[in-house]
Amino acid sequence: MLTYTLRRVLLAIPTLLLISLVIFLLVDFAPGSPLSEIPITVPPEVRLKMMAAMGADQPVLVRYILWLRQFCWVEPMHQFDLAFGTHVVEGQQRIISYQTRSPVFTTIGERIPQTLTVIGTAYLLGVLIAVPIGIYSAYRQYSWFDQLGTFIAMIGFSVPTFFTGVLLIVIFSIWLKWFPSIYNTSLKVTDWPTFLQQVKQMALPVIVLALFNAAEISRYTRSSMLENLGQDYVRTARAKGMGEATVVLKHVLRNSLIPVVTVVALGIPGIFGGAIITENVFKVNGIGAALIGAIKANDLPMVQTLTFIFAVLIVLFNLIADILYGILDPRIRYD
Amino acid sequence: MKLQTALLGAAASLSMAGAAYADRGSDGHVNVLYWQAPSIMNPYLSGGTKDLEASSLVLEPLAGFDEKGVVFPRLVVDVPTVANGGVAKDLTSITWKLKPGLLWADGTPVTSADVKFTYDYCKAPDGGCAQASKFEGVKSVETPDAATIVITFTAPKPNPYVSFVGATAPVLQAKQFAKCVGAAAPTCTEANTMPVGTGPFKVKTFKTNDTVELEANPNYRDPKKPAFATMTLKGGGDAEAAARAVMETGEFDYGWNTQVNPEMQTQMAAGGKGHFVNAFGTLTERLEMNLTDPSADLSADERSTVKHPHPILADVNVRKALSMAIDRQALVDVGYGTAGKPTCNIVPAPEAFASDNVDCIKQDMAGAKAMLDKAGWKVGANGIREKAGKKLHLVFQSTVNPVRQDFQSLIKSWWTELGVDVELKTIDASVFFGGDAGSPDTYQKFYADVEMFANNFDGTDPEAFLAQLKCDKIASPATQWQGENVPRFCDKAYDELAVKMSATADMAERGKLAKAMNDVITKTNYATVPLVDRGRLSAVSNKLGGVVLNVWDSEIWNTQDWTRTK
Repeated sequence: MLTYTLRRVLLAIPTLLLISLVIFLLVDFAPGSPLSEIPITVPPEVRLKMMAAMGADQPVLVRYILWLRQFCWVEPMHQFDLAFGTHVVEGQQRIISYQTRSPVFTTIGERIPQTLTVIGTAYLLGVLIAVPIGIYSAYRQYSWFDQLGTFIAMIGFSVPTFFTGVLLIVIFSIWLKWFPSIYNTSLKVTDWPTFLQQVKQMALPVIVLALFNAAEISRYTRSSMLENLGQDYVRTARAKGMGEATVVLKHVLRNSLIPVVTVVALGIPGIFGGAIITENVFKVNGIGAALIGAIKANDLPMVQTLTFIFAVLIVLFNLIADILYGILDPRIRYD
Repeated sequence: MKLQTALLGAAASLSMAGAAYADRGSDGHVNVLYWQAPSIMNPYLSGGTKDLEASSLVLEPLAGFDEKGVVFPRLVVDVPTVANGGVAKDLTSITWKLKPGLLWADGTPVTSADVKFTYDYCKAPDGGCAQASKFEGVKSVETPDAATIVITFTAPKPNPYVSFVGATAPVLQAKQFAKCVGAAAPTCTEANTMPVGTGPFKVKTFKTNDTVELEANPNYRDPKKPAFATMTLKGGGDAEAAARAVMETGEFDYGWNTQVNPEMQTQMAAGGKGHFVNAFGTLTERLEMNLTDPSADLSADERSTVKHPHPILADVNVRKALSMAIDRQALVDVGYGTAGKPTCNIVPAPEAFASDNVDCIKQDMAGAKAMLDKAGWKVGANGIREKAGKKLHLVFQSTVNPVRQDFQSLIKSWWTELGVDVELKTIDASVFFGGDAGSPDTYQKFYADVEMFANNFDGTDPEAFLAQLKCDKIASPATQWQGENVPRFCDKAYDELAVKMSATADMAERGKLAKAMNDVITKTNYATVPLVDRGRLSAVSNKLGGVVLNVWDSEIWNTQDWTRTK
């Protein structure tokens, strides 16, 4: 297992290097310019100087290698310097965003908390709702509960979040006035009233996303459960006189969880990636909103850094999912 | 001195007693929504409107423009003019006097050295100063004493109110930015996001492209202002959501640039929680007519250049007929509602410079058809006009934007009725305005026959703007397509007018010249065909008082006067 893990980690390095180069070239070759949002009243010669000051006029390979050095050496060592008070990379240029002219990682640091709270909660809630629904739907297949679950899952899966989001705003913010439509990222939870406020402002985006996540995961759980419920070992377990609860929740569930775990684990990088549409609808201004803003502004360093972080997370969680397989199912061995 | 100050203070408080002004900070908190959130608070590193308007809460220029476009003093005692001796008789220098006792938000005094520093900061090579044009033609900035600034120009400057006037050119604190000059400018993240200023507010926390928390500047020069103790400037979402947050849910007090379609404007106004305010500046949605041949058969060095006149649009009758066939009021009703009005002028404001040309307002389809018939463009097969074997076929491009697509299809329907075969093309705004010389789709390259976008000019004086249509400003491969003369218009008489304007100081005469130049472009030559004068439309809560929309300076130029109305 250990050698397997090590081999996978080592293999990931060239993969990620290739991914980073491909992303960089793709973003660079995409049409547009980092100055497209500057008003056209700014004269052309000033624009040229602004491009030069950003370093955006350098050849693409130079910029790529600079970025790689900044990402792999300057940024980690900067964090190291901050943590231990050393001066290894003091004064060296960090990855600077074209649109904000400040370090990309400062922006990411500002964005991560709200993305993790909102998207993370929605994901957790989605899983917590989906698994029991999936189990019961499979156990009572074609019952009214199963039909209802299928219906809701279909809605959650097929209705886009930009529609459900705005719909919920119209109902709960404009008509009923229960929840705010705009997320306040500056709110600090210090006591019960502020906690309540936080819950209120999280409610709508979390509902929208949880519905979407639960729809997907509950379907996986259901089909996986159905597959296992018809297996011989289930009949054997029942024949031995085990209670239904033990049969379903211990024997069947454990076996059924394997594909579900993969799906759940592979969905986790998505939490860090944020939910572009939902974040925009509720003005959560998390990572997803930062990414879309950077794409609109042709802010190459920001787009590149964010997408590369997502790539790293996806590779990482793929590995974690594979390792979890081995733990959940002792028959699977990689060595 | 002390007695005098005390007396002055007493007099001031007496005179204020009648007004409804509360004390500084007595009105609590105000929520402002900028759906395009500020990324930086230093306008010298970003030309973006959102950034310079956010920074206008904190940083101030020596003088600003009021809602009528008139220069008024901010940090200075009065506005220098030739009459009061502040502007040299030969118009080569201007002398500003700082108000006595001015303090930065951190308590240190504001001096002329700060102003001089700001000039050096923007002029520094490698700094990429976005407002460099504000200091064009400035020979030197001198500081004879701590309160006096003398700006000398390289040539007589009829309009000296450019450097340090308006939100685009505020004064930075020398102490804070001392280490941030030139190539080091972007490394000063703290200074760039939390600048120390003289404005009514100061930055408490800054979250990039998300939220700026501000609080009242304790050292603001008027001890009674601002009435609000704190302000949140939140970003994100879109214009529609911003309008909704003010007009329907009432979560925000002010929504910036809430340009929504006319139908939605009426619907949201019925919400009863707020109202829309609008004002008209110089932004006009216009058609540019390509006077050169954009044919793909030509080589890259000759396509859309003055070497080849346009086979169809070189005929002024065609350009005029195309303009006559458009119903501008219908365009306004569909796209902008109260935030737009039909116009025939590229300089629609300020009044002193705006031409009275209204010839184009009324649609005249019959007249347009007759004009084409007379010019020899006869209706041929499929109703398409042709002359000497050339079909009246036009490629009409614009950016991806719902209103512009509505405009494109309406205009296409009118032109089709006229007998023109129109092919529509849409381009992503970031490419169209990106100015990338390698891209075939930039507005400067103009590989189409007609294109539509909005343009305006900075400040109140159109001299530089009108000079953009001189022959030497034509975008061409030789200049990497960096030229502001988009229609490739070239007329010696026009160039002479432009030169004359740059040497004329008399305001009335300048106005006459600007109007004449505007008419040459629009009424005589139809090189640029203006469609709609686009105003600013913002949403204001009914609980917010003192808002005066300003299109000549930062939109939120007078937050010191904002109050909470009960």
